[in-house]
Amino acid sequence: MIVVKGLRKSFGDNEVLCGIDEHIYKGEKVVVIGPSGSGKSTFLRCLNMLEYPTGGDLIFDGVSMTDPKSHIDMMRRKMGMVFQHFNLFNNLTILNNMTLAPVQLKIRTRQEAEKDAMELLDRVGLADKAAAYPSQLSGGQKQRIAIVRALAMHPEVMLFDEPTSALDPEMVGEVLDVMKKLAQEGMTMVVVTHEMGFAREVGSRVLFMDGGKITEQGTPQELFNHPKNPRTQDFLSKVL
Amino acid sequence: MFSEKFLADFRQSFIEGDRWLLYVKGIGVTLQVAAVALLLGIVLGVLVAVIRTLHDQQRPGHRNPVMGILNTIAQVYTTVIRGTPLMVQLLIMYFVIFVNTRNAIGVAMLTFGINSGAYVAEIIRGGIMSVDIGQMEAARSLGLSYIPAMRFIVIPQAVKNILPALGNELIALLKDTSLVTVIGVRDLTKTAQLIQGKTYQALFPFVGIAIVYLLMVMIIAALIGVVERRLAASDRR
Repeated sequence: MIVVKGLRKSFGDNEVLCGIDEHIYKGEKVVVIGPSGSGKSTFLRCLNMLEYPTGGDLIFDGVSMTDPKSHIDMMRRKMGMVFQHFNLFNNLTILNNMTLAPVQLKIRTRQEAEKDAMELLDRVGLADKAAAYPSQLSGGQKQRIAIVRALAMHPEVMLFDEPTSALDPEMVGEVLDVMKKLAQEGMTMVVVTHEMGFAREVGSRVLFMDGGKITEQGTPQELFNHPKNPRTQDFLSKVL
Repeated sequence: MFSEKFLADFRQSFIEGDRWLLYVKGIGVTLQVAAVALLLGIVLGVLVAVIRTLHDQQRPGHRNPVMGILNTIAQVYTTVIRGTPLMVQLLIMYFVIFVNTRNAIGVAMLTFGINSGAYVAEIIRGGIMSVDIGQMEAARSLGLSYIPAMRFIVIPQAVKNILPALGNELIALLKDTSLVTVIGVRDLTKTAQLIQGKTYQALFPFVGIAIVYLLMVMIIAALIGVVERRLAASDRR
């Protein structure tokens, strides 16, 4: 579904991604772990071109994303993204947060979009918040809304950028539950996280990144129980 | 004794010969110049702010040369306008650039609008930059392109942030219009000067218009307060 070829990204003289080759297949739940500054978030943000790669190529559904001729906005419609800091639209109600893109992009009529949004809100138990503004919600609620806002576009893949890192500990569970449900329904997911329990339980493949490269990868059992790379062993001994 | 003279001066300044009508006309001119200048200022300000933000937000290595030229023009505009006195701008516009026109009010509107635009541009640019970059990223991640993301998400939040500063600018603009006296426009201040010349009364005309300016500013401040509270709806906690 997404093919990553020799992906490089530098900020000025600082090279954050030093050539990544990767393949993300339909239905996979890829979990990216690694120390901070290893380039995990940058890698994820390159997948939908929020960061513009300085080298290499990304191919989504057979179309190159870095090609100036390809319509990046059309591709982003199929890629949902959930941010560490939620990024709900502060000036809109929850319902309008969810319907803005589908309605403005003329994918659905307002009525259809609202019906769809209410069903999604119901699924995460927040239908009663439809008329509220983001500032009235807790962190966990905001993040659940952010997930269903992305789902309202009916994406083919969901990208999660440390979705629980900005949450109070007691709210982490409710967000992870939503993500687990989504995984069970067969959504293709790429998740950058520090939640090793989630990686173990949900991940179909775990990537370990260090210094702008994927240094080790495997199934959760392989990677967590028998890490081969000394850097991975060191990292896991500190976080587990 | 004293109060009799006081009353007589008052009558002479405001009532005799229906002079109060002249003040009302003066208020009309002042408000007219301020309102047109404000509109022009906002249009210019938004234009310049958008050009400068668009230019700054281009991807490195993908700079558009047209944007570069527009950005330079915008920068020269703000530098020149903010770097020279408003009264000098007014004199140059009326006696140099538009030397052949007698429409002093039109020149005044244009000058104040151009002047205000430079300040409004910086206010709006500051407002756009004050909106968390994550708001734009989230909008883009849903497939919205730059313009709708600006229009539906960033600008509405920016407007809320800049309203106090914009109100300040409007108040300053309204008071600065008194400078139009130098090109002979009969605004509120010029009216007071003319009446002073005729009646040799200074106290009532000048204190009188000071009170009128103050009242107009207080009304504007109150209106801005109302709009601010309206826009604060999404801040309810």
